[in-house]
Amino acid sequence: MRVALFITCLADQFYAEAGVAAVKLLRALGVEVDFPQGQTCCGQPAFNAGYWDEARPLAKRTLEVFEEAEYVVLPSGSCTSMVKNHYPELLPGNREALAMAEKTYELSQFLVRVLGVEKLGEGLKGRKVAYHHGCHALRELGVREEPLLLLQNAGAEVLPWEAGEECCGFGGLFSVKLPEVSLAMADRKLATLPKAEVLTSTDAGCLLHLAGRLGKKGENLRVAPLATLLWEAYAG
Amino acid sequence: MRAKAKLYPKEAARLLREKPGVREAVTGATLHFERNRLKAYAEVPIEAWRERAKAVKDHVLSHLDRYLELAERRLRENGVQVHWAETPEDAHRVLREVVQRHGVKRAVKAKSMLTEELGVNPLLEALGVEVYETDLGEYLIQLLGEPPSHIVGPAIHLSLEEIQRLFHQRFGTPLDAPPEALAQVARNVLREAFLTAELGISGANFLVAETGTLALMENEGNIRLSTSLPRVHVAFVGIEKLLPRFSDLALFLPLTARAATGQRLATFVSLIQGPAKEGEEGPEEVHVVLVDNGRTTLLADPEAWETLRCLRCGACLNACPVYRQTGGHPYGYVYSGPIGAVLDPGLLSLEEAYPLPYASTLCGACLEACPVKIPIPKLLLTWRHRAVAEGLTPSWEKGAMRAFRKVMESPALYRLFSKGLRGLPLPQDLLPLLRAWTEGRGPLKPSPKPFHELWKEVERGG
Repeated sequence: MRVALFITCLADQFYAEAGVAAVKLLRALGVEVDFPQGQTCCGQPAFNAGYWDEARPLAKRTLEVFEEAEYVVLPSGSCTSMVKNHYPELLPGNREALAMAEKTYELSQFLVRVLGVEKLGEGLKGRKVAYHHGCHALRELGVREEPLLLLQNAGAEVLPWEAGEECCGFGGLFSVKLPEVSLAMADRKLATLPKAEVLTSTDAGCLLHLAGRLGKKGENLRVAPLATLLWEAYAG
Repeated sequence: MRAKAKLYPKEAARLLREKPGVREAVTGATLHFERNRLKAYAEVPIEAWRERAKAVKDHVLSHLDRYLELAERRLRENGVQVHWAETPEDAHRVLREVVQRHGVKRAVKAKSMLTEELGVNPLLEALGVEVYETDLGEYLIQLLGEPPSHIVGPAIHLSLEEIQRLFHQRFGTPLDAPPEALAQVARNVLREAFLTAELGISGANFLVAETGTLALMENEGNIRLSTSLPRVHVAFVGIEKLLPRFSDLALFLPLTARAATGQRLATFVSLIQGPAKEGEEGPEEVHVVLVDNGRTTLLADPEAWETLRCLRCGACLNACPVYRQTGGHPYGYVYSGPIGAVLDPGLLSLEEAYPLPYASTLCGACLEACPVKIPIPKLLLTWRHRAVAEGLTPSWEKGAMRAFRKVMESPALYRLFSKGLRGLPLPQDLLPLLRAWTEGRGPLKPSPKPFHELWKEVERGG
């Protein structure tokens, strides 16, 4: 089986380790991994802000970049949903968009639903993890159980979090167009954060926003992308 | 109501800065509503209910002309006087005529968002009529001169202390008077108003076409009194409020209650079938004003008509993490929260309401809560796209988006940008964005090397 990794621009720039972890993990599970060199951004920031004319060429070129791939895997729920749900809306009648939607998966979703892997190893034994459900993974892709299953089966204790399924306030451009509201949302989310050793999520944007806010408050919690923890689950 | 939706970003920021208590009060109240809704949804086959309700509403909206005519006929047969109001001015004319003909000096009002849209209170005051909002929350904000901040709980942004202070100034109650004592004071004032008002004004949750029945839901009994004690009752009904059959109420009354407050049914449901007949008690005259005010334009909009399914339950407000930070006031128009963000551009104009569709992270919680499955996130995207197409977005943003596209269209430029992020000066257009980010979150810390550079090492290693 061959997978093309779509790193996504945010993870590429801010959580490069998620890409390294995803590649190692997929290879360890017997999957060949490609990294198509032409990839940049899926176009979501422009699409969500209403700039569809700016988003459309980015969607089209992404379709070309991944045309040959058997599967496309992303360490991001939001960008996966952009490809799976919104490319067909943005490019109505485009067959390649439908084809790419079919073969594109968020990493944990791919592991559980395509590879049928539910246990990666025991590398997270006794680790206390706070899992932030990224909204697009949760509500647009229906990825709720997959990350929890993989974390728990590796021995992690995923702590109950009252606001675990609430939006963190990132929202892409929202975070800079309405920064006060965005920060108030992060503060509400973090005010209910359980005492964990690590905070994780599928999405780099959410993590960047929450990590920034934690740092600003002088809190020193480890923030790591889900892919990194899943590799640790495997490798110990 | 005059719309100030354009000011949303500034007003939201100002409220968070200057009135932190509002955030606390609104978060507490909406989370409470939200928990109750989730429990109430879980008790029933909610997916089937929502699908059914959506289908009924879509059916009505697709045959609205027919159902409106049927409703008008039935209402008239029931002895109700029916008026059509395309604009707020049309509605004002009807009300002015009623007030003048009956020499109305005092009116009691049941809570109604449509009357906020129409500016009924300012009109009545201009006509010299003393108006009493009789829903307790509405009464509080009327005393304060504020608009409602929530569709169902208009005063959820107030703390107990604020209400105690208000009543102390107004009625001389002690500053530490318990809520029951304050409610008693309001009750005394409102009882007197109910008994002396010549005119009762209400909205309606539903209007059943086949029977001409108005259905109103409430928990305080004030709607029952407002619509039955005064000699004249005027109900303002949005044309989207129609249900085809009486039996549809069996679904819509409990569904709306569960969505709005998590109740199985509202404490009071009034079904109004026209004026009092010989030997009955009740109003001598009942008027129904069927109001358009932008609704037919919205109905004709192939991408936005689904908004008209809205039951005004407020479930999307309670579910919305953006709304929860500020309550409804910064939105600057009658309808706030997710539904306001997609309804207001339709009822006003996009130019007047354009920041509202951006008052969302597209988290999708509203869609999960909505009892009639209005695709709010999709509608938000539609309005945003239109805002851009109409040139309403700021020029720095347009510039940033053009730059973004240029960079992302070219892997070479993207790699250059990637290097720039790690040392070189950034494109000017992106600077305001950067500042808005770093102020609350500290400097951006890119990975030492982007993944596309690490790939070569990983590839070799594999």
